Amino acid sequence: MLWDALTLQLGYNATLVAVGATLLGVSAGVTGTFLFLRKRALVSDAISHATLPGVCLAFMVLVAFGGDGRNLPGLLAGSAVSAWVGLLCMNWLTRNTRLAEDAAIGAILSVFFGLGIVLLTVIQTMGVGRQAGLEGFLLGSTAGMLWADALIIAAGGAATLLLVLIIRRPMTMVAFDPEYAAARGLPVHRIDLAMMGLVMAVTVVGLKIVGLILIVALLIIPPVTARFWTERSDRVVLLAGLAGGLAGYLGAALSASAPNLPTGPIIVLVSFGFFALSLLFAPVRGVLAAVLQHLKFQRRVHIRQGLLALAQGQKIYEPLTLRLLTRAGLVRADGVATEAGKARAAKALRDEKRWEVVRADQAHEATAALYDGLRDIETVLTHDQIIEIDRQIGGPQGVPT
Amino acid sequence: MSGEEFVPLSLTPLLIGTFAAIACALPGNFLVLRKQALIGDAISHVVLPGIVVAFLLTGAISTWPMMLGAAGAAVVAVVMIEAIRRLGQIEPGAAMGVVFTTMFAGGVLLLEQTDTSTVHLDVEHALYGNLESLIWLDAVGWSSLLDITALAGLPPELSRIALALIGVTLFIWLFWRPLKISTFDEGFARTIGIRTGAVGMALVITAAIAAVAAFDAVGSIIVIAMFICPPAAARMMTNRLEAQIAWSVVFASLSAIAGYVLAGYGPLWLGGADAVSAAGMIATMSGLILACAALWGPCRTRAGAPSTA
Repeated sequence: MLWDALTLQLGYNATLVAVGATLLGVSAGVTGTFLFLRKRALVSDAISHATLPGVCLAFMVLVAFGGDGRNLPGLLAGSAVSAWVGLLCMNWLTRNTRLAEDAAIGAILSVFFGLGIVLLTVIQTMGVGRQAGLEGFLLGSTAGMLWADALIIAAGGAATLLLVLIIRRPMTMVAFDPEYAAARGLPVHRIDLAMMGLVMAVTVVGLKIVGLILIVALLIIPPVTARFWTERSDRVVLLAGLAGGLAGYLGAALSASAPNLPTGPIIVLVSFGFFALSLLFAPVRGVLAAVLQHLKFQRRVHIRQGLLALAQGQKIYEPLTLRLLTRAGLVRADGVATEAGKARAAKALRDEKRWEVVRADQAHEATAALYDGLRDIETVLTHDQIIEIDRQIGGPQGVPT
Repeated sequence: MSGEEFVPLSLTPLLIGTFAAIACALPGNFLVLRKQALIGDAISHVVLPGIVVAFLLTGAISTWPMMLGAAGAAVVAVVMIEAIRRLGQIEPGAAMGVVFTTMFAGGVLLLEQTDTSTVHLDVEHALYGNLESLIWLDAVGWSSLLDITALAGLPPELSRIALALIGVTLFIWLFWRPLKISTFDEGFARTIGIRTGAVGMALVITAAIAAVAAFDAVGSIIVIAMFICPPAAARMMTNRLEAQIAWSVVFASLSAIAGYVLAGYGPLWLGGADAVSAAGMIATMSGLILACAALWGPCRTRAGAPSTA
C-alpha cells in the first residue's frame, strides 16, 4: 500500500497531492533557509496566522458578488493581502516603537488570528452554504484538491523558487552581515521585505495542503535540518530544499496509504523525523559526533597524563588510564612500562619541559597561547626552533658524561 | 439589561474572560521585557497534544487529567526547546518553531486517529474555546450572588481561573524583587546572589499554569493575545514597571469586557442575528488597544533612538 503511494499509484487525487506537497516542500525549505539564517524564523508564524482574516474577507466578498466562495485563487489573493498587511504592521511596530521583534510577532499573530476567528463565525452565521471548506485552511485539507488547485500551487512554488534564485545573493549577504550589506549600498530594509514577501508567497501557496498553522513547520524545520550537514550557505539552501521536498513527498504518500492520516501533520512529522536524525547523526554538528569527539579528547588527556606519570615513576591507579595505556601496548598488565611506553613517556616529559621554556619566553608569546597540554610541540614550532629550545634545556647535569 | 438576564448569561463569561486575561497579562509583562514573548505562543500550541494524550489515557473528558496533560506537555516542550537549542546549537526562535509545530502536528494526528466523535474535543474548540457556553444556569438575578445553592452551580472554570489568577499574583508579589532585578539586569542579579536560571524557569512555569488554566476556559487565541498585547501596550504608556503592570491589567480587563460585549451584542446592534466568537473579538480588541498605544502612547519610541526612519 505504502509502495503504491510512493510510486503514485493510488489514484488521481493522491498523485496531485503528492506532487503538490513535494513542490511546496522544496520552495518552503529554500525560502525558509534565508529566514533562518537571518535569525527571524518565527516571523513566518506571524505571517501565516495573518492570512486567516484575508481568507474570510475574500470569501465574503466572493459570496457578496454572487460567486463561489471557495474559489481558490480568490481566497489565496485575499490571504496574501492580509498577510502583507500583517507583515507591514509588524515591521512598523519593530521599527517605530520600542517593542522587540518577538513581541511584535506575537501581537500580530494573535490579533490577526483572533480577527480571522471573528470573521469565521460571522461567515457561519451568514447562512451561505458551502462555507465548510474554510476551516480546512487552518489545518489543510487535501481531500478535495482539484487539478486547477494543484496547478496554482505548482506555479506559485515555481515562481517563488525562481525569485529566490534571482535575489539569493543579496539575501545571503543581508542574512550574514546586514551592516556590511548596508555599507555596500544594498537596500537592507527592502531586501528584508522581499524575503518576507517570498515567505508570504510560500505560506499562501501552502494553505491548501498543510494549513496555516503547520506551514511554519515547513519553513523552519528543513533549514534547521540542513544546517547540521554543512557550513556553506548555498549547500544549506539546496539541502533544505531537498529535505523539504522529501518530507512533502513521503508525508503525502504516507497519508494517502492509510485512513485518518491528515496530510499536513504527517508531512510535519516526517520533516521532524529528518531533523531528529540529523540532530543525532550529522557529522561534526550532530550529537553522536560530539560525543565521539568528547570521548576521543578524553582518551588523549588520559594517555598524556598517564605517560607523564610513567616518566616520573609514579604509580597509576586510575583504571581508565591504565586500560588505555595497556591497550596501546605502553604498559604491561602489572602497570610497569614497556620499552615503547618508556620511550613515549620520556618524549612526553621532554615535550612538557620544552613547552615550559616556550611559555616562559616572551618571544614565543603567540605560540605559548596555543598550549593546552595536549598539542604536539612539533605542530607549532619548526625543527630549528625545537633544537634551539633543547639547547636551552641542555643535557643531564652533575653526572659524568 | 436586567439582572435576571445578565447574571445567568453574561456575568460568568465576563468574569472568566477578565480573570483569564489578567492571569495571562501579569506574567506576560515580564516575558515581553525579557524578549521571551513567544513562549506563550509555543505553550498554547503544545497544550493540544497534552490534552489529547490525557484524553487517550483516561478515556473521558475530565478536567484535572487534562490540565495535568497540558501542563506536562508544556514542560516537555520547554525541555525539548532547551535541549535542541543546546545540543544542536540552534538559535532559540528556530528551536521553538521546530518543537511547537511538531508537537501541534502530533496532537492533530492523535486527534484524527482516535474516535472523539462522541465527546466535545476538536481542534477548533482548542483554538477558540467556548467562552459563551460558560453560563450560570442556577442564577435568577443579582440576588443569586448571595444564594449558597445557586453559587454551587457556578461553572467550575470560574473557580479554576480565579485560583490561577491568585496563584500568578502571589508568585509575582512574592518574587517581585528577584523578578524585577533579573529581568532588567541579569548580570547584576547574579552578583547579588539571585539564581537567575531558577527565576526564569519559575516565570515560564507560572506562565504555563496561567496559560493552561485560561486555555481550559477560553481557548488558545486569548492566551497568546493576552500574554503579549496588554503588556506591549502598557510598555508604550510608561517607563516604570509598577505602572506598566497596572496599565496591562487595565488593558487586559478592558479588552476582555469590550470584546465580550461587542461579540455578544455588537452583531445585534448592527442588525445581525447571532453572536460572533467572543475569544476572537477579545483578541481583536486587545490588538486595537495596542494599535492606539503604538500610535499615541507617551513612551512609544525607544529612548535615544531616532524618532523616525
